[in-house]
Amino acid sequence: MKKMTARARTIAAPRAAFTKLLATEAKLFLREPLALFWGVLFPLILTVAMGLAGDGHDTSLGGLSLVDVYVPVTMAMVMSIMSVSLLPVILATYRERGILRRMSTTPVRPWALLGADVTVNIGVIVCAMAVIAIVARVAFHVALPSQGFGFALTLALTAVAMLALGALVASLATSARVAQGLGTLLFFPLMFFAGLWVPQQQMSATLRDVGDFTPLGAATAAIQESMHGQWPHASHLTVLAAFALVLSVAASRLFRWE
Amino acid sequence: MPAIEVEHLQKRYGDTVAVADVSLTIEEGEIFGILGPNGAGKTTTVECIAGLREPDAGRISIMGLDPMADRDAVRGVLGIQLQESQQPDKLKVGEALELYASFYSQAADPEQLLGALGLLDKRETRFAKLSGGQKQRLSIALALIGNPRIAVLDELTTGLDPQARRETWALIEGIRNRGVTIVLVTHLMEEAERLCDRVALIDAGRVVALDTPAGLADAAVAGQLIRFRPSAPLPAELLEGLPGVHSVELERDQVIVTGSGDVVSAVIGALARQGIVAHRLRVEQASLEDAFVALTQPARRI
Repeated sequence: MKKMTARARTIAAPRAAFTKLLATEAKLFLREPLALFWGVLFPLILTVAMGLAGDGHDTSLGGLSLVDVYVPVTMAMVMSIMSVSLLPVILATYRERGILRRMSTTPVRPWALLGADVTVNIGVIVCAMAVIAIVARVAFHVALPSQGFGFALTLALTAVAMLALGALVASLATSARVAQGLGTLLFFPLMFFAGLWVPQQQMSATLRDVGDFTPLGAATAAIQESMHGQWPHASHLTVLAAFALVLSVAASRLFRWE
Repeated sequence: MPAIEVEHLQKRYGDTVAVADVSLTIEEGEIFGILGPNGAGKTTTVECIAGLREPDAGRISIMGLDPMADRDAVRGVLGIQLQESQQPDKLKVGEALELYASFYSQAADPEQLLGALGLLDKRETRFAKLSGGQKQRLSIALALIGNPRIAVLDELTTGLDPQARRETWALIEGIRNRGVTIVLVTHLMEEAERLCDRVALIDAGRVVALDTPAGLADAAVAGQLIRFRPSAPLPAELLEGLPGVHSVELERDQVIVTGSGDVVSAVIGALARQGIVAHRLRVEQASLEDAFVALTQPARRI
């Protein structure tokens, strides 16, 4: 009898739990001014700065304007900062403070917390990228991606690769501080090949070839292509898919709850 | 049906045996203490009870449920306060309670719980701004938010000042009065003596004694302990033959006599007959702490 009552009381965790987790994690993200600045505001400021610096065509940029070239770069930057620099710190902190463990003593699985954080991360990325695209379009006449499907596919693969890389950083880091260090360290090579310091159009052929085999190098090139109505080059999509797959498998094997 | 039944629990981590053989039965409505030195296997035992770790051998039943097989059902009836568990710095007290309330289908009212734990005015305060005692009370509130039948509290008052500790104790008694079975893991004797109906003493992964706190004290150290400084040298034989005396020890210029029954008057009478005055005479009743020391470190038994 008691067995029955105990079971009946807790048939699955209430569906409200995930919604509540999502709302709470979103609130917590919005309470981090530094995260908001680096993840959302800074890439937008960079886009605007590039737009003000020049929206005229430049032959050294393959006939594109500076802001044309930088919109895919700042979009890649949003994904890099949100998923590789900020997400691992949140996850490592939750593990370090025993929050994941605490959650696993409730009817809710700690997976739900992970899911909520990833969802918030994706939500912020989508919003930040939409704002960049709109501002660039309205203020600097940058074309919206006309190959919509190719663009969406590129973003989906890049997001999976970056989120998995973030989860991998969280798995390897022994503490939140280490996670922060690793995330920052990864930012530089990832964004270098994306063209943050030297646009891909101005890189040497060799450097560009190397960059095409990095996730954000491939992502930036693919976004650029889809903005000009082309279907992203198969090699870029293959590289992104490979990173998404390998990093996801590694992260799911190595992720530690405690 | 007992609230918790543990039979021959075993758990090892690699080569380290954390729990060698633990069996316990905890009845509904009691405050049950799990006592033992650091590293005795207390926390591992409660982690197995809560289903956080899978035992290597043995059987555990929580209200008739298996913590591993009936994971969700056990989590619905058992609330736990983990040692050193924290919340995100910027999460507010009220938000934490509402979040955890959403995890349970029959959660307690967060407002009421905040009131009972004296946290109502802290509802809008972020976790990082709470004092140690307030964090501990929040942790208790979160353990109770699911309206559990059993609450497991691990190292509840460690790090609290005496005032906060006493307030927390009163709170625990209040929770028990609401019919919740409480498992209290502690290494504070005073806490166990004050709160627990029964206590299991765990040492090196085994239950070495299980009784009421008073029963444990009596069984472990017979009766009383008398200490004094004699005014003149005193041969031990003079006291050893007295009725009720168990042992006589000379420690520098101090004499320590243990015994039971009328041992105090026998000793004082013998001293008077010899014209010896007992300076700084102290009589101590055996406490749980004596039992703890005697049972967990047999080599150093008095």
